[in-house]
Amino acid sequence: MILRSLALSSSSSWSSSSRLAVRNNVVIGGRSRRYPPPPPYPPPPAFVVGGLRDATTSVASPFAPSSSSSSIDGNNGIFIGHSRSHRRWHSSSSSSSISMRRHREEQRMGMKERPRFDDDDDDDQHLYRPPFPSSSSSSSSSSSSSSIAVVNKEEPDYDSLGPTSRLNLFTAINAAMRTAMKTDDTAIVFGEDVGFGGVFRCTQDLMDEFGGHRVFNTPLSENGIAGMAVGYASMGGTAIAEIQFADYIFPAFDQIVNEMAKFRFRSGNQWNCGGVTLRAPCGAVGHGALYHSQSPEAYLAHTPGMVVVTPRGPRCAKGLLLSSIRSKDPVVFLEPKILYRSAVEDVPDADYEIPLGKAEIVLPGSDVTIVGWGAQLRALRVACDLAAKEGVSCELIDLRTILPWDSESVINSVRKTGKLIVSHEAPLTCGFGAEVVATVQRECFFHLEAPIQRVCGYDTPFGLVFEKYYLPDEKRNLDAIRRVMDYSK
Amino acid sequence: MFATKAASLLLRRSAISGGSSSSSIAAIASLRTGFANGDVRSMSSTVGTFDLTGSFETYNLDTAPNNSVEMTKEELLKHFELMYTMRRMEITCDNEYKARAIRGFCHLYDGQEAVATGINAAFEPEDSWITSYRCHCVALARGGSVSSILAELFGNIGGATEGKGGSMHFYNKAANFYGGQGIVGAQVPVGLGLAFANYYNATPGKPMQVAIACYGDGAANQGQIWESANMASLWNLPMIFCIENNHYGMGTSQDRHSSHSDYYKMGNHIPGVRIDGMNVLAVKEGMRFVKEWVGAGNGPMYVEMMTYRYHGHSMSDPGTTYRNREEIALTRSTRDPIELVKRTLIDAGFADAEQIKDIEKVIRKNVASECKLAKASPKTSVEPHLYDYVYSSDGGKKMNEFPPHIRMPDFAKSKWY
Repeated sequence: MILRSLALSSSSSWSSSSRLAVRNNVVIGGRSRRYPPPPPYPPPPAFVVGGLRDATTSVASPFAPSSSSSSIDGNNGIFIGHSRSHRRWHSSSSSSSISMRRHREEQRMGMKERPRFDDDDDDDQHLYRPPFPSSSSSSSSSSSSSSIAVVNKEEPDYDSLGPTSRLNLFTAINAAMRTAMKTDDTAIVFGEDVGFGGVFRCTQDLMDEFGGHRVFNTPLSENGIAGMAVGYASMGGTAIAEIQFADYIFPAFDQIVNEMAKFRFRSGNQWNCGGVTLRAPCGAVGHGALYHSQSPEAYLAHTPGMVVVTPRGPRCAKGLLLSSIRSKDPVVFLEPKILYRSAVEDVPDADYEIPLGKAEIVLPGSDVTIVGWGAQLRALRVACDLAAKEGVSCELIDLRTILPWDSESVINSVRKTGKLIVSHEAPLTCGFGAEVVATVQRECFFHLEAPIQRVCGYDTPFGLVFEKYYLPDEKRNLDAIRRVMDYSK
Repeated sequence: MFATKAASLLLRRSAISGGSSSSSIAAIASLRTGFANGDVRSMSSTVGTFDLTGSFETYNLDTAPNNSVEMTKEELLKHFELMYTMRRMEITCDNEYKARAIRGFCHLYDGQEAVATGINAAFEPEDSWITSYRCHCVALARGGSVSSILAELFGNIGGATEGKGGSMHFYNKAANFYGGQGIVGAQVPVGLGLAFANYYNATPGKPMQVAIACYGDGAANQGQIWESANMASLWNLPMIFCIENNHYGMGTSQDRHSSHSDYYKMGNHIPGVRIDGMNVLAVKEGMRFVKEWVGAGNGPMYVEMMTYRYHGHSMSDPGTTYRNREEIALTRSTRDPIELVKRTLIDAGFADAEQIKDIEKVIRKNVASECKLAKASPKTSVEPHLYDYVYSSDGGKKMNEFPPHIRMPDFAKSKWY
């Protein structure tokens, strides 16, 4: 009932008189509208962006639950950034790996000059007219956070990002979309039921704040949603589309694989749809069963031209989603739906980006390298803690970007530890872990001290009653850690 | 004299434009002015009114396209030249394919020339156009040059997309041409996005720019087209669903592949127009009407172009196994779009048979030299074109950072940036 009333109230704020006037022109009469069409034509002046609420106050959301015993927060998980020891690990490892990467990058740049092409944003100017001519609005709305520079292409230094709010995953994603829409007048959010916040509430309040012409419901047509995103983005706009569940991405697969991923390449860089970000909740949730629990990252990662990103927690999610939205490549952003409410972290209120295509060493160690992504990091972190009690030091790596993946970080780590475990929820065969393993065995062949282990879901559909047996939990991972340690004795 | 002028203009138009195609657009404009100011002054009447009775059928509409259209001599000659160039280009493609200079897929447009020509005549460059894999001639109508199209088919660097796409893949950013798409029907949801962007960017008080997605009768029953039609109608987007009905979905006739062959009625409550797609005058007038109606914010419209393709679906299809030669011959002799324009030109007193022959001769020569030009363009090299444009750069601020590498099937050959 609450959902229903929310939906009704948000749509009733919508039916402006100008909208109805346009409808009257239409020859076809007598059809009742299920919900209103998105962009009023002509756009009413009421939707000028300058009239938005203040940037910083809206970030503090009433939806962030207080830390409860059931949250991962209470589980001493990696999703929490406020554990002192964790922060120390994080900052030391990231700074050293950055300098290492930079060094290698400089080496590469010296070796080979890459062909350059112009920033295509400029080319789009003559084609794309921003919907709201008041260009000052974006700068004024972000003035409250203008003292904090957008961290670009470097790992953000969270300590210097200023005030934080305790957010869970869906509110962090909400905050990221709000920030993106404030800083980009062409950004639109659409998908099934996003008007009242969507099934997981990620788009909560966005329609009220930005208007129904920028945040709107679509019919239940995944292929149409993806195709529309491609078309809108290829004219220079920023399309943030939601596929309600990652399992429903398969009807949209044609558009993603054939149209979205290849548009830049096949048009010889004349067109691109880099403005597309497809968000989709993925993974197990405890009761999702076959059609609501899958992790399709490996299918998507088989597509050159796509970027596939998955966060492991709220703070990471905000930065990664902002990078994804602003990336000039189409991104599929897979959100582990089990973390929506259970993962709580201190998330900076500022506008910050986390570089795509770079892994993060979440926990440095010396004995075993463990690679995972998304919600699996929780099980892996627990397994690492259990292993530490047995005297095994694990190095835990979060890939963050599945495609293009940061093979360099993983290779460097395996060269150090000599042992590798890859773990993901998706089925074993042809999971993305296979790609990691294949690369590592080639690059680290003489460093390996034990066969590489894959701890994954089984090659079965995701049966409802078998979910807890299916999941590659901390015990199966601990078992794998023990196995590789036995080998190298 | 007339013919030589036309020849020089066509030559100007056909220079390989490399990346930008704006030059060819400018050349088209000059073509127009050239005729207006040049040799045609000696001709007597320059505007004709042409009867279009029976060219249109409407569905769910109070209004209809006009039953006659006015066209100047220059305009009609321009259409004739474009259509004849299309025809010659497609015949060249056919020959080059058989000579194994063009490999892979190749879908020819001959027989349907009036459709692309007429739509382009009714459209502005700001209108968005996306079409199916049968796109050589749409690319030509939308400002491409014969040499850039043939070079693309040859896989040469002078091609419209640097030889990366081949047939099916032509684009022109300057003329808002979003290209051919290889997947049957997949261009329609993308066209929906184009229509949405046009809607979003519309200037209040002015007609909206429209988006057109062309597809064939074979694609008309794809599910994603209905998804798009639903959204376009729900939100009143300025979208034209244009079905080029050539009566065969690959090798299956429309009566065997579609339970409903009045395609212009397929939009259910969405209004539709059926247009004689073999008559460029009808296509132009029909599309002018559709563009006006759709651009005024009335919502989308279905358009069915009754046309015919002379060649098979692709080069592997002889085109005679599922239809008989008599049918093709009959269409050629009674409904051919180019013969119709020629007849119209003569009947209206715009040109005589001799002049038309001269123009044809010049165009044939031109296309042949364009073909030579395209062949002379070097092959697209592996370095750097193989991995270029898979991902964006970050705009020159910090080059070579993203992506760290492109993974090739053999990892050892991965490209590191």
